[in-house]
Amino acid sequence: MRIYIPADSSARSVGADQVAARISELPYAEIVRNGSRGLAWLEPLLEVETEQGRIAYGPVRVSDIDSLISADFAHGGPHPLRLGNIEEHAWFAAQDRVTFARVGLIDPLSLDDFRAHGGYAGLSKALALSGEEIVAEVTASGLRGRGGAGFPAGIKWRTVLGAAGSEKYVACNADEGDSGTFADRMLMEGDPFTLIEGMTIAALAVGATQGVIYVRSEYPAAISTLRAAIATANLNGWLGDDIQGSGRSFDIEVRSGAGAYICGEETSMLESLEGKRGQVRAKPPLPALKGLYGKPTVINNVLTLASVPMVLADGAAAYQARGVERSRGTQVFQLAGNIKHGGILELPFGVPLRQLVEGFGGGTRSGRPIGAVQVGGPLGAYFGADQLDLITDYEAMLAAGGMLGHGGIVVFDDTVDHLQQARFAMEFCAIESCGKCTPCRIGSTRGVETIDKIIAGQDVDTNRVLLDDLCELMTDGSLCALGGLTPLPVRSALKLAGV
Amino acid sequence: MTFDAWSEELAAAVLEPCQGDETMVLVALQTLQERFGFVPAEGVPLVARLCNVSRADVHGVLSFYHELRTSPPAGRMVRVCRAEACQAVGARDIERAFADAGHPVGSHSESLSVEAVYCFGNCALGPTVEVDGTLHGYCTEEIVAEALR
Ligand SMILES: Cc1cc2nc3c(=O)[nH]c(=O)nc-3n(C[C@H](O)[C@H](O)[C@H](O)COP(=O)(O)O)c2cc1C
Ligand code: SF4
Repeated sequence: MRIYIPADSSARSVGADQVAARISELPYAEIVRNGSRGLAWLEPLLEVETEQGRIAYGPVRVSDIDSLISADFAHGGPHPLRLGNIEEHAWFAAQDRVTFARVGLIDPLSLDDFRAHGGYAGLSKALALSGEEIVAEVTASGLRGRGGAGFPAGIKWRTVLGAAGSEKYVACNADEGDSGTFADRMLMEGDPFTLIEGMTIAALAVGATQGVIYVRSEYPAAISTLRAAIATANLNGWLGDDIQGSGRSFDIEVRSGAGAYICGEETSMLESLEGKRGQVRAKPPLPALKGLYGKPTVINNVLTLASVPMVLADGAAAYQARGVERSRGTQVFQLAGNIKHGGILELPFGVPLRQLVEGFGGGTRSGRPIGAVQVGGPLGAYFGADQLDLITDYEAMLAAGGMLGHGGIVVFDDTVDHLQQARFAMEFCAIESCGKCTPCRIGSTRGVETIDKIIAGQDVDTNRVLLDDLCELMTDGSLCALGGLTPLPVRSALKLAGV
Repeated sequence: MTFDAWSEELAAAVLEPCQGDETMVLVALQTLQERFGFVPAEGVPLVARLCNVSRADVHGVLSFYHELRTSPPAGRMVRVCRAEACQAVGARDIERAFADAGHPVGSHSESLSVEAVYCFGNCALGPTVEVDGTLHGYCTEEIVAEALR
């Protein structure tokens, strides 16, 4: 009897391992540790394969297992925790799972499972194409970088393809430092071959033979899953020399970060990969021309690269048909913080924020009114409950004074202390600054002190003006977006505080 | 988590893959920490020599990364998420509970070290605390009490 119990870190944080251990005592249980289906509040979510299809139960605690057994859950028996086929669950059925199509569905480390569900169809097509043709396809899809800046992937790849030299790299940015984001982690843990496939296609496109994935150290399970998947891909001729008899070769190495947020910034990541302090490099030169070890390098986020296989497999038009305006394809939203139904939502761009947090998310976990929503990580703006009609695409978010970033949405209830959130944004910048620019390094520390004075009610008007000047200085005088965008959450939170 | 006691020979052996490669300084330091639980002072000249860089370079890297430790971890290791998604569900209360018990974030004692982490990627099920490498979502007072015990 096949029973799926996620090995996803989030599911494990609420007891999936203990549930798996108990279930494994059942003589008929054949356990598969899958990824998470993304309905985080239902974790640990267990699924059994029955004649009626996969039947889910959740959230399952160890203390529920006796009653599940009595209810004959192994044959899909009735039980208060029974959810039916999870793909028919309203939360899931409304989604458009493209990048996340296989996450939670398959055994993450089974190459057979991966292939049986369409895996390597994109790479198989790419192997028959020229680099030019692959780049053209990715460009036509409208795929933009999912790491935060939203730069068109095809244009970046074209630059690397056109760069002189035979030694080129593909570097995957898996530093995922934004609070409220976990899609990269879930994909790496739940469907690592898709990322490997996407990186291999990128390598074929630009003529690279070596790849590297820079994973934050807070994600140990992602690191070990990727390493295992890479080994399997190598053994089966999907990586290494002469990929599937094509004469092309590509290898991937996994590197771990060391707890520095700034190393998610691409040039800082390159420094870190070269073994140095993660200090941001000035641009130009673009990493596409002078990247890792000074060689032309494609740097893309996990989700960008993991979207590429589908673009190749189903064609650019199918991807481009999704979304709105200049935001094409799907966005993997991550609902986090004080939210009743948190998790992963893959939807075409263009969904109003309200539909995400109130519709799918069901409002706050505490049941209190929404007090603030921060979109796009620690450098993203805070929005009030009256601003939820915003559309979540790149341009609309920018126009509203925020940014979509990596698609993380953190909900706070009305007990939120906006001034404390403004203070934290400054403090975070002070802690994580790479130290290269004075406005960021010193300005953020002054910013914390100034906000403390405002909180204490000390010369509020004067300090408010001072803080505005500081924000201005940081925006204009910072080399990268850490110093440059910290004023976004600071100012928006102050506005919500009415200060 | 168990670590080996410092030994120059063992260190040189585990650092073999970094030999002669200046781009491996960070990996070398991470390798030492994995093996010995921290980067002992003796590790700095060793890494400098092996990777062909100056001691100052090694120090620079060592001091940049929050996660690299220069003193041995003692007792239980607790890492509290301090980032926004966990703040929204009471991370500050968790932090305060440890502080009230005499173990503020950033403190290291014989029995307990408490460190801050800015996101474990468990943002839908916070607050999140890691105790000796095990992640706990929906962190409750009981889990804090257990960690303090
Ligand atoms: C402070 C800072 C942190 C960043 N962190 C990340 C990160 O964790 N992951 C990521 O993919 N991009 C991050 N970025 C964006 C990268 O610099 C870069 O734009 C991205 O990796 C490019 O890939 P993409 O085009 O596929 O998005 C960060 C940028 C800044 C300024
Ligand atoms: S803005 Fe801050 S993090 Fe970015 S380069 Fe300048 S000092 Fe470094």
